Amino acid sequence: MVDAPLLSVTDLALGVKRSSSTNVIVDGVSFDVNKGDRFGIVGESGSGKSMTLRAVAGLLPAGVKVLSGSMLYNGKELVGMARRERRMLMGPEIAMIFQEPMTALNPVMRVGEQIAEGPRRHLGLSRKAAMDLAIAMMARTGIPDPARRALAYPHQLSGGLRQRIMIAMAISCRPKLILCDEPTTALDVTVQHQVLRLLEELCDDFDASLVFVTHDLAVVNQTCQSLAVMYAGRLVETGPVKQVFGDPRHPYTKGLLDSAPDFDQPDRPLVPIPGVPPNLAHRPQGCSFAPRCPFVEEVCLQTPPPLFEVEPGRSSACFLSDEIFKKVIA
Amino acid sequence: MSEERPALRVSDITKTYHLGNALVEKLFPKRDVHSRLTALDGVNLELRKGEILALVGESGSGKSTLAKIIVGSTAASSGEISYEGSPLAKRRDRNTMRRIQMVFQDPYSSLNPRMSVGAVLAEILLLHKIVPRREVRAESIRLLKLVGMEEDALDAYPSQFSGGQRQRIAIARALAVRPDVLIADEPVSALDVSVQATILELFTTLRDELGLSILFVAHNLAVVQHLSQRVAVMYLGRIVELADTEELFANPRHPYTRALIASIPRMTAESVNEDVLLEGDPPSPFNIPAGCRFNPRCAFATEACTLTDPALMPVNDAHLSACIRFKELPTFATIPIGLDHTKQEK
Amino acid sequence: MSTPTAILAGFQAKRRSARSRSLKPWYQNGSLVAGMIIVGLLVLMAVLAPVIAPYDPIKQDLTATLQSPNALHWLGTDKFGRDVLSRLIWGAQVNLRIGFLAVLIPFVFGSIMGGLAGYFGGWFDAIVMRVVDVFFAFPFYVMVIALVFILGSGEASIYLAIAAVSWVSYAKIVRGEVLVAKKQDYVIAARLSGMSHARVLGRHIGPNVLSQAIIYGMSDIVMDIMAVVTLGYLGLGIAPPTAEWGSMILDGQEFITTLWQQATIPGLIVVVTSLGVSWLGDGLSDMLSPERRK
Repeated sequence: MVDAPLLSVTDLALGVKRSSSTNVIVDGVSFDVNKGDRFGIVGESGSGKSMTLRAVAGLLPAGVKVLSGSMLYNGKELVGMARRERRMLMGPEIAMIFQEPMTALNPVMRVGEQIAEGPRRHLGLSRKAAMDLAIAMMARTGIPDPARRALAYPHQLSGGLRQRIMIAMAISCRPKLILCDEPTTALDVTVQHQVLRLLEELCDDFDASLVFVTHDLAVVNQTCQSLAVMYAGRLVETGPVKQVFGDPRHPYTKGLLDSAPDFDQPDRPLVPIPGVPPNLAHRPQGCSFAPRCPFVEEVCLQTPPPLFEVEPGRSSACFLSDEIFKKVIA
Repeated sequence: MSEERPALRVSDITKTYHLGNALVEKLFPKRDVHSRLTALDGVNLELRKGEILALVGESGSGKSTLAKIIVGSTAASSGEISYEGSPLAKRRDRNTMRRIQMVFQDPYSSLNPRMSVGAVLAEILLLHKIVPRREVRAESIRLLKLVGMEEDALDAYPSQFSGGQRQRIAIARALAVRPDVLIADEPVSALDVSVQATILELFTTLRDELGLSILFVAHNLAVVQHLSQRVAVMYLGRIVELADTEELFANPRHPYTRALIASIPRMTAESVNEDVLLEGDPPSPFNIPAGCRFNPRCAFATEACTLTDPALMPVNDAHLSACIRFKELPTFATIPIGLDHTKQEK
Repeated sequence: MSTPTAILAGFQAKRRSARSRSLKPWYQNGSLVAGMIIVGLLVLMAVLAPVIAPYDPIKQDLTATLQSPNALHWLGTDKFGRDVLSRLIWGAQVNLRIGFLAVLIPFVFGSIMGGLAGYFGGWFDAIVMRVVDVFFAFPFYVMVIALVFILGSGEASIYLAIAAVSWVSYAKIVRGEVLVAKKQDYVIAARLSGMSHARVLGRHIGPNVLSQAIIYGMSDIVMDIMAVVTLGYLGLGIAPPTAEWGSMILDGQEFITTLWQQATIPGLIVVVTSLGVSWLGDGLSDMLSPERRK
């Protein structure tokens, strides 16, 4: 791409500062999201994927701070941006979709009004015009009978409909970047499928970029073009989804793929990754994955491996990635 | 296998819940039909000895309610459950309870936070006099080994373990009373992918080595396909299709099963079968549609489907479907690897 | 389990424990230690009253009434010439004893009623909770004062009155906790492994719900001490001439302009006692959280 990326995260570190020590949760995370990209961040619980997304959205939980690094949105630095300015970005520029719409929606406000709130504030629409827009957006997200549903309260709608409301709310100001935090984890498969479809379509129609955080490898494959795999707060592998899934270059990515059941290969045995992720307060000195890695060597225990390019457009944070995976292929 | 007596037979189980005031309803019967929720509506099922039978369905299908009724923690409104050929009484005695054990979804709430692992196991072992008092420790260690844990877990408390380890401990607790049947309610859905595989493996080992019969309640079809011998698909409180796992996924004979399979997010295939995708949400269990309960969302529905409520009919000797048009459904093919958006034959 | 919420929950849990220091050893828990010291000293004072009190607390000396603090009477004497310091020390016996003992009966009775009601539900629950509602409708002091008035003053009627009024709080707390606990999978698992109701309640539910009641009990002690003092102040409590802080405040307030110590010092002692017990309760609640079990 010739254009500058829409979102450029460089060396982001997040952590909880204590009086005596700092607990680093996310360390040295860098990635770019170009216009129109659909970018996935995959990892297991505690990998820091959601925290990274929350940092971009400016929604870090109390106590968690950006320790270092930069996040450029459209050339503007998000780290240290004034709160007011940041708020003006949320809605017309960046929008977020949460995992559990029931807790993200206001229970005592009609959903139509909740959708209309953003356009009224950011686009300066009148109450009437904003409501019309809200109903149009609800129709756009495939909610049947939107004019009547706009008068409903969140608890009167099903999980799938609530997630559509969340999406309608997110797109109501036509943001250029949509951040999704496990948006379909709480949904049934058939509904999940509909919602993923919808997100994809909307991103194409509105020319928006998507950052999609999930633990589900298959969902990433269905939704995103490129991805980053996170482990214990660090990126371990990045690249186009098809290539990473077809030919992983980091032992953790490979382990993750081998342990997940694949519907199209029912006879492939599932190989679990032995051990448990490290406690972030006592991260191993070298590679965080070293204690669980079948290929571990002396060098892995010394220093944490940086993310380096393994082929154009793909990187892996494994010292031995060339060695291991050439051998596997050969 | 199938001539043998099943480990467990569920006959015509129904479960209805009355929401709202029971007294008001007694005084003014049928004032509001929508206060009656039908969670299960005539479920028949056999769990064969030594098999893993998967029970799949979306939320509200009644699969968890059925699991609770089978283990006896919820009472059915009507119907009968028989174990080894003899019906279970409403109030089960201690020895019958022992035979059917449960593994829960959330390993964080399934262990008493104030009891050490050793205390939990010892309590049950002594209660059922599984082993004499002096052998309790040895037996506890044997159980832990069985689920892949070490002896030093005995003195630890649940808070010291990860989700996967807790799930192993919960399984050890279920195994302590030497059950014949294990009911597992979404036992891996709260776990990380890399840990899931170890627990799935454990279930297979338990079936193979202890001959346990396992009812595995799940919503993840990829997991089910991997683990189970047979699959029962539930929709709105009824089993709509039941078949051997391979048969079910290769040749689903119910439109709902087809929609479920088509919706599975795939790790390698490019896309999914567009024709059978479902629109809308499942109807409310307060108001189950007349005729076939799936007809409002079914692409193949005809007028006949709105009139008759179909029972399970044999497709072949390893396959039952509750669709009156199961013979007329087109051949089903999930899209092979690498192809995308190709139209399937009509 | 949802990944992001799990992370968040993890952090919140960590931060909570960091603040309450619940994972530190007990002696590093500030409020627990402060509470223990204060309550310990007061209890010591009560127990050793016969030894450390310089005078008999009820012995009148009409030749030395209403003295200001002096070398013989460090806090002066009251209108009957009794030594204020001695009365203060002996008062600790009465006030602390009633404060602590008065909690026991309602704690036990209320917890049992609440536990059974929550666990079994149904008509028993309905009846118990209606009764609780009726008791709850009356303000604490109104009920206690009315009951003591009916039963006549004296220690026994104070116990009875407080028990009758405050068991409902324990019943409510324990019932609520049991309603949550009985839906936990570990309780269902215990039932499914064939344990009796008694065993499930006693061994699996009880230990997990009682800590809330114990914590409430500590604040209830404060309330009861205040109630005894209030009753004494209203002249309804312990019959004179027994030394008791409430009646000392009542007697002292006549002379508040000239001999301010007579009402103020017992008042201060009541405040300090309440503070100590509250801190102790705070500290205990940290200690009782299941995260501590390592």
